[in-house]
Amino acid sequence: MALLQISEPGQGGPRRRACGIDLGTTHSLVAVMRDGQAVTLPGAEGHHRLPSVVHYGAESETVGWPAVQAAADDPDNAFFSIKRSMGRGTADLDDAHDLVEGSAAGVPRFRTVAGPKTAVEVSADILSALRARAEEELGGELDGAVITVPAYFDEAQRQATKDAARLAGLPVLRLINEPTAASIAYGLDQQDDRGLIAVFDLGGGTFDISVLRLSRGVFEVLATGGDTELGGDDLDRILLAWVQKECGVEEADRAWTRRILQVVREAREALSKQESIQVDCGDGRVLTLTRDELEQWSAPLLERMLQCCRRALSDAGLEAGEVQEVVMVGGVTRMPYLRREVSKFFSREVHTGIDPDRVVALGAAVQADVLVGNAQDQDLLLLDVIPLSLGIEIMGGLVERIIDRNTTIPAHHAQEFTTFKDGQTALAVHVVQGERELVSDCRSLARFELRDIPPMTAGAARIRVEYQVDADGLLTVEAMETVSGVRAGVSVKPSYGLEESEIEQMLRESIEHAEEDVASRALNEQQVEADRVVQALRDALAVDGDILSDDAERAGIEEAAKALIQLRDGTDADAIRTGIKALEEACEPFVERRMNRSIRQAMQGHRVEEFQEQD
Amino acid sequence: MAVSLTEAAAGQVRAHLEKRGRGLGLRLGVKTTGCSGMAYVLEFADSVEEDDQVFEDKGVKVVIAPKSLAYLDGAELDYGREGLNEGFRFTNPNEKARCGCGESFSI
Repeated sequence: MALLQISEPGQGGPRRRACGIDLGTTHSLVAVMRDGQAVTLPGAEGHHRLPSVVHYGAESETVGWPAVQAAADDPDNAFFSIKRSMGRGTADLDDAHDLVEGSAAGVPRFRTVAGPKTAVEVSADILSALRARAEEELGGELDGAVITVPAYFDEAQRQATKDAARLAGLPVLRLINEPTAASIAYGLDQQDDRGLIAVFDLGGGTFDISVLRLSRGVFEVLATGGDTELGGDDLDRILLAWVQKECGVEEADRAWTRRILQVVREAREALSKQESIQVDCGDGRVLTLTRDELEQWSAPLLERMLQCCRRALSDAGLEAGEVQEVVMVGGVTRMPYLRREVSKFFSREVHTGIDPDRVVALGAAVQADVLVGNAQDQDLLLLDVIPLSLGIEIMGGLVERIIDRNTTIPAHHAQEFTTFKDGQTALAVHVVQGERELVSDCRSLARFELRDIPPMTAGAARIRVEYQVDADGLLTVEAMETVSGVRAGVSVKPSYGLEESEIEQMLRESIEHAEEDVASRALNEQQVEADRVVQALRDALAVDGDILSDDAERAGIEEAAKALIQLRDGTDADAIRTGIKALEEACEPFVERRMNRSIRQAMQGHRVEEFQEQD
Repeated sequence: MAVSLTEAAAGQVRAHLEKRGRGLGLRLGVKTTGCSGMAYVLEFADSVEEDDQVFEDKGVKVVIAPKSLAYLDGAELDYGREGLNEGFRFTNPNEKARCGCGESFSI
């Protein structure tokens, strides 16, 4: 049963509906609290992991497994790994999809059969699928959701994720870092004396290492590192090359490659539980793969991962031995070899008790449950930090930091600047994010201008620039000349985020489309009905045309039928409905006579009693 | 007519009350909700109403309204850990069925 907490008098309200979402590069998951336990939810096909794949057809889009299938035949309209494009500008991208001309803000739009799509819209479709799962489980609209993002995501990428959630109709309580979510799932936030945590996250295509420090309910990200091109897929490619060599396949076609990759992935996963396995390569070739061989081949990849770990630790100013908890995330970390070696590297047992594929989503669900107000213990409240420092461009293309990274939010900081030239009446404010000193090395988030500064000598104006990050991580920057009181209020949207108006447009479109969809369905139904009625009339006239009372009746019917056929090809569902009715009315006397005739025919040669007996 | 607390539950209630700094005990009750009809209510008790029944078990004052007492008579309140969460739970001889979500029960 659900565990109970003591509540304040008169506050024991009903549970609110909350979920945690792990929006992953290759797979996504949604989890909710059930009986006091976080559980991930399966989709209709029974899989908990939803492939982060969306396919756009001319009529409708599919998400997950159906999209993977559709993508096999139509890769041009399918999106894999869309997360890599989140919050990115056109210049950042290296993608196979055709780009439609970018909007003013530089948001890339990808060409599809269903029209241009942004990364935000594609992600929103994935989130919608997950939202549906959660709402079905919880039996109603969600009160809140927590979505996880990589620790290294900058403001633009986080904002893009929030925009996607909004587009998907998800009320986002907070974005939390993936390693933080994994730590919460293991309950590490409940232990006061466990300060330093390393989260080792190896997915299919990416490797992330994060070093966190937990103090008084705040998870600080001390350092992140990793390799976006390193994952379980690399192991599979090594195994593929081995199979290719052993079987003497010189030119591997796509179908063969795809099949073998599937086979070796299964073999690799099975080797986490057994010492050796038979690999069926088709054409009667069966190879034996042992765990020893796999470990030998994994060694160079492991070395690359440990290299990333060393770098992250040195960034954090720590030795491997100082880390107090190590959390393993990602399905590939089921490999006993990895667990052993990582454990050796950090000289301690690693946390592997929770399914590494689900641990992030589970932690997000726990946090969502707290934020939505179901768990009343205030100690559980987890504070978020600003992942990367926020600064302003100053003369010479340099960055002046206003809010340092790892500052807990909400945060508020102000700094005074002045004019550079005599009579200067405007000041350009360029908001940047990053740890580097040069503007060109940081990410540009926004630009705006403070105008109408009264002309003064250089250095006389006092311009106060205020940075404010609210509890949702949304940044607002305001500049004010304090002598004259001139103020430039600016709601900062990241340069690569979507404009508010664009999001509204998208939301509007999705609603309009919903209406359109309903309308087109009604039209479709009426057209089908009209066809059926006309066809039935023709059949009837062919058989019983002789009982029409006169030519006038026939002409009347034909006229109504002709009118209906004409309406049927139009787009007005109501007009078609009226046309059908008119035709039916015109036919009424004929239909009546026809009915009488068929009854007479049916009764001919029978006695009345027969029908009575049949009742 | 009585309701009891396990040692673990009593300890937790005492700790919670101390942390809160006020309140004379624990109010237990049932309310109609959920898919099986009734749910337990656990609240700090700041006052005792005229008809309330008051018990004391292991140093904890338990306050129950007479309407709720019919459903709670003989129940035992326990405290424990399930997976990641800790919390209170009832062992109630009056309970006949529980709903799937664990929120509610029926008598």
